[in-house]
This record gives sequence, C-alpha cells and structure tokens, in this order.
Amino acid sequence: MSEAEKPGSKSLPIGGILVKPGSSIEYKTGDWRAFRPTLDEKKCTGCLICWIYCPDSAIIRKPPIVAINYEFCKGCGICANECPVKAITMVEEGA
Amino acid sequence: MCSGCAAPIIVRQALKSIRGPTVVVNATGCLEVATTIYPYTSWRVPWIHVAFENAAAVASGIEAAFKALTKRGCLKEKIDIIAFGGDGGTFDIGIQALSGALERGHDFVYICYDNEAYMNTGIQRSGSTPHGAATTTSPAGTVIPGKPEWKKDIVGIAAAHGIEFVATASPAYWSDYIAKVRRAIEVDGPAFIHVIQPCILGWRFNSNEAIKIARLAVQTRFFPIYHVEKGQYKLDIKIPKPLPVEEYLKPQGRFRHLFTPEFKGEIEKIQAWVDANWARICQLAGEKI
Amino acid sequence: MAKVIGLTGDHAIAYAAKQCDVDVVAAYPITPQTIIVERFSDYVANGEVKTEYVCVESEHSAMSACVGASTTGARVFTATSSQGLALMHEILYIASSLRCPIVMAVVNRALSAPINIHCDHSDMMGSRDCGWIQLYSENAQEAYDLTIQAFKIAEDPEILLPVTVNLDGFIISHCMEGVNVISDEEVRKFLPPRKAVYKLDPANPITIGALCFTDYYFEIKFQQEDVMKKVPAKVKEVGEEFGKITGRSYGLIETFGLEDAEVAVMCLGSTAGTARVVADKLRKSGKPVGVIKVRLYRPFPTQEIVEAVKGLKALTVLDRVATSGAPSGPLCSDVKTALYAETEKPLITNVIYGLGGRDISPENLEDIFNDALRTADVGRVDRPIKYVGVRE
Repeated sequence: MSEAEKPGSKSLPIGGILVKPGSSIEYKTGDWRAFRPTLDEKKCTGCLICWIYCPDSAIIRKPPIVAINYEFCKGCGICANECPVKAITMVEEGA
Repeated sequence: MCSGCAAPIIVRQALKSIRGPTVVVNATGCLEVATTIYPYTSWRVPWIHVAFENAAAVASGIEAAFKALTKRGCLKEKIDIIAFGGDGGTFDIGIQALSGALERGHDFVYICYDNEAYMNTGIQRSGSTPHGAATTTSPAGTVIPGKPEWKKDIVGIAAAHGIEFVATASPAYWSDYIAKVRRAIEVDGPAFIHVIQPCILGWRFNSNEAIKIARLAVQTRFFPIYHVEKGQYKLDIKIPKPLPVEEYLKPQGRFRHLFTPEFKGEIEKIQAWVDANWARICQLAGEKI
Repeated sequence: MAKVIGLTGDHAIAYAAKQCDVDVVAAYPITPQTIIVERFSDYVANGEVKTEYVCVESEHSAMSACVGASTTGARVFTATSSQGLALMHEILYIASSLRCPIVMAVVNRALSAPINIHCDHSDMMGSRDCGWIQLYSENAQEAYDLTIQAFKIAEDPEILLPVTVNLDGFIISHCMEGVNVISDEEVRKFLPPRKAVYKLDPANPITIGALCFTDYYFEIKFQQEDVMKKVPAKVKEVGEEFGKITGRSYGLIETFGLEDAEVAVMCLGSTAGTARVVADKLRKSGKPVGVIKVRLYRPFPTQEIVEAVKGLKALTVLDRVATSGAPSGPLCSDVKTALYAETEKPLITNVIYGLGGRDISPENLEDIFNDALRTADVGRVDRPIKYVGVRE
C-alpha cells in the first residue's frame, strides 16, 4: 500500500488499537527464508517435536504426521536440528 | 521476530497451557515490538502494552478491575492474566513494579523471557547478563573480558516475596515448562516463571541452535531447572553428569573472547560460579550435589 | 437531597469519588494529596464502596495500574501531587493516547528542589501537554463539583480522554469549608455506569498499545488533536447539566466585573477568590477592574478568552509557576498566543507569584490591579514579567 492509500486518522480506530485479532497472518514471512525445510514423510513419526519448537507456528499438525507452512517458515532450521529421526533436511532456496 | 528466535517458542508453549479466557500484558521489548507492528497484530487474545517498566503494575490494575467488575456482576467468567517481560523489563527497570505486584498478591502470572541483555535496543548489558558475556555496553576489550558482574538471582528475589509459586524453565524442556505455566495459572495469587531465551543475534549462534543452546544451559547446570512452591525449593531436572560449562559457552559468539589465551581463567571462574550456584540450589532443595 | 457538610478540599474529592462509584483506585500517598487516599481507604475499610483500592508502590505504578484497569472498561480514579505527578509523567501520555478516561485529582504542589510541600502549579504545568483535559478549582466546593463532572466528560464516548481536577495544595486541600453535596442517587443519575467503547475482552480480543512507525503514528496523534476540539463544548454541556441539578452551573472560564472593566487579572485556582474580593473593593471605589478565572486550562479555551478580554486596556496574567528561561509563564504564553491574531488586544503583563506556597495577599493583588491601571493609563507595558512576593 502506498502512503497515500493508507487510511487517515478519521477512519482508524481510536487510540491505535488493533481490532482484528491475529491480523499478522496477512504478513507473510516466508520470503525471509534462505534455507527450506523439506520433510521426508516416510521418516516422520508425527512426534510433534518440530511443532512444539517452531518459533513461527509454521509446522502444521496433519495427523499422523506434520506439514510445513512455507508462507510463514523463516527457514531457521530448528525443526531439522531437533527432529529425533532426521526427517527434515534444510535445502538452499532456489538450489 | 528474528528467524530462529526462542521468544516466540516460549510464548507459544506458554499459551498452550492456558485454561480459559486470558489477557496478555507485555512489557516493551522484542516480543512486544515484533508481534504488534501497526496495523498488524499476532495476538488472538486481548493484549496490552503500556511501557517498559510497568507490565506488573498494568497487570495489577487489570486484575483489580476484573475483581471489581465481577463484584458488580458485570463480569461472569474468570479471566487469567499473563504478563511477559524481558530481562531488562524484569531484572532492571521493571523490578520495582514487579516487586510491588508480587507483594500485593495480585492473581497473575509473570513470565520473564530472559535473553540476558537489552536485545531490542541492540544488545546492551542488563542485570541478567552473565559474567564474561560481551554486549555492546560490556564489550570484550583488551583489558576487560566482557561483563565483569554476575547474573542477578531473580528467582530468589521473586521467591523472597513469599508468593506461592516461582520457577525456572527452558523451552528445550517444554513439558516441564508447559506444566509450570499451568501450575502458575492455577495458583491463586501471583506466580513468577523465569525462562531462559537464547537470542541468535545477541548470543551469536546459528539460527537453528536456539533449542540446542537452551538445552545445553540446563545440561551444563548453567541454568538449573527448579521451582519454589510455598517456600520449598525443588530441583525439577537433575543433571547427574553435567557437561563442562565450556560446552555451553563455545557455540556462542558472545563468549568467544573467553577462549583466547589472555582470558582463559575466566572460564574456570564461570565454572566455579556454576558449581556454587548448583550447590546452593541443591542445598535449598535438599538434594545431594 | 443536597446538604452542606464540612469538608477539606481533599476530603471533598474523596467524597465525590465515592459517590461516583469508581471501580478501581490505584494511588500512592504524597503530601498534600494524602487526605484523599486516607479518606478513600476509610470508605473501603468500612464497606462503603465496591471499589478495588490498589495501594501501589509508586506513582509510576499508580498510573500504570490505572491504565490497565481503565482498559477493562472500569471507572478509575487516582490522585497525586508534585513529585508524584512528575514520576507519572511517562504514563500520563500513554493514558491519554490509549484513550483511557481516568480521573485524577492533582493537589498542586511545588516541584523539588528545594523540596517543598506547598502550593504552586509547577507540577501540572510540567505535564500540561500530556493530552489530558485539565480543570482547575477555586475552592473545595468546586473541587467536589468538578470531580463529578470530570467522570462524565472523560467517559463520554465522543471524548474518551483522561481528566485532571487541580486544587491548590493546602490552600484548598487542607482547608475546611462548608461544601454543598448532592445525594448518591443524584450523582448516579447524573453519572450512569461507564459504558466502554472498547476494552480487554476475551470475546472480542483487541490489541492495545501496538508499535506504530512513521506510517501511522502521526495519524493516531492527530486523532487526539481532533478530539480535543470537541472538549470545550462537552465541558460546557456537562457544567450546565450539573447546574440544573445543583444550581451551580459551570463554564470554561468565570469572569467578574468584566462588563465595564478596563483592566483585569487572570489566574487559575484559589487566587481567583482573593482577586475577586480585591476587585470588588476596588470597584466600589470606582476603579474599573475585573477578574478572569480559567477553569478549563487544557484544551485552552481560546475563543472564550478572546471574547472575555474584548474592550480591556490592560490584562495581568498570574502564573503560579517557575518559568526559568521562558519568555513568560505558561498561562500568559497561552493567552498571548490566543490573542496574537486579534487586532485589538489589551496590554499584557505577566506576574509570577506564590512559588512554594508563598501567600498572595489582598495587598499584593491591590498593587497588581493598580499596576495594571497604570499600564492602561500610560499605554505601554514597562516590565513584561514581574515577580510578586519575592525578596530580591
């Protein structure tokens, strides 16, 4: 949005409050990623260790295993590092 | 938040243990800044930030108001209150407000996510920064090897208020931490949880290592995991065979200078502090060292 | 039913807060505000109020707790003085920016150093741009009346701004007066329970206090400028409505003798009473003098003041505040700014007086009036700032 298109003071809620909960879902952080976690679905045991450690809620529970939400994954690699069965590997983006 | 930051892990894990309607109060800091950049918010619970040093006071006011509104019949349900503050907002500038709120006995949970320096303003030392760590205001120079002072015992300070539940936690030991948050919520009155939060920028490690470092802090006995309930200390994670503290310091750039020949004695000093601190907690908890 | 009871200014404020049925009081004791918190504590201890009283550990936390409480939709009251207000300073701006309709009594007292517990307006003037509506009272009666009105102004959905009710330390706060009080029922009818426009509510989770960068900060601050424009009319409306119940109507300013005055004195607070007595005496001896008391100081009632001073040859503005380095005291600066665009305006002299509780006597005021008459006579201001009552 350009500066001119942004809402003015009269149309913004008062006091700088934000009325729409969880609106940062519109703000995608996936393009920060340099390395991409890739899941080997055959190895994944669905233990959810990656889910509990993901800083960005980018691991989705998809019983019996998990899936990765690349719209928000920043590619930190904690999931791959912590996976007890090495089911996630980090691959360079665009490689 | 930075890619690989442990703070959102700490918040996510905490919010998995809430028991019902919950309001979150946030001190100024990384968490507040990064999760509420106008016009976006990451929060799906009612959330308020007022200033840096007053999260506990703001929580006090909210709790008092909920009580008053309940008395009048304007509020039917119990609403839990969780305050998040960093180490700067808790150990230093916010300690007066925290102490006041703990003394007054407001029913709320205060979670300190401790990344051991003022990370939001660019890694300046705080009362929580450990001895030897290099920050931008306690740099490792040619004469002084990082911060000369030692970390403040915030848990001891919180516990000295005689509140029912005080605990330490590490996001690497998530089940311990989540159970503690739930316990803290269930306590009638204030509860305080001190959580170690590895910071990739300030501690200088790889983006995939936050949990590994949060685990090493525990396994080296650098950050003991224990709680104090009704004045009684209890060690929650016993570390019978601790790794040397070097294992914790080594992956972190903020301690890199300690591995140079001129400052080598510093690691021994830190190990001695770790051992003494562990012995102190074991003694309080009635454990053998 | 109205009745008259003997109350100090502080006690009158506490009594008003009790009648306003506040949900939360978070306050820290400081002289000369202490009677307010002590009397309120009595009400709590005796079960006369449903209020949760938070005895915080500092004024900074007092205001922080008030902000937290106010964002739940609760009615919130606090009181402070001097150093306490200074310690709150940071949070005052946040309270107004987050649009928390808190009411605070400020028992005006000098700022340190040297430490002094007596009256001047340096405390509130140090925070005059904090976005709060600021009312000044002349006596205990007005302090009582304005406190009740303050909640109605603050909580109006069109306004949602915090309000300070100022009263002069010791002069009003500790002096016993016969105060006309209205019944609890009348107060409740005048001031129904607060209806919050937005609040911390799990059923509708909002985010309060987000980080605004350059792309939105200005717009949010501009909203505050905008709402301030609505305040004078609201203050007047509430003051008139209050008058219908009590017979004591309130406007933004109050004037005495201006219909035929050639010179006038303008001031805030209790000095207005003395000025009126002196003016009355001088008028009886044929001197064309008047008094302008400013009740609403923020937002500044520019229009009313422009109207009030029309036809005056000289105006002396009294400031009870240290002004080191300023071109004039704050009230005088505001008046001069308000009149700048007018083609005809009085000659303006600024008098600084009463710092640290130094009394201003009727004789002092008589001199001030006579000086103003001289200024009107000679047609020029000899000294733009005069200090009255200080040994040089």
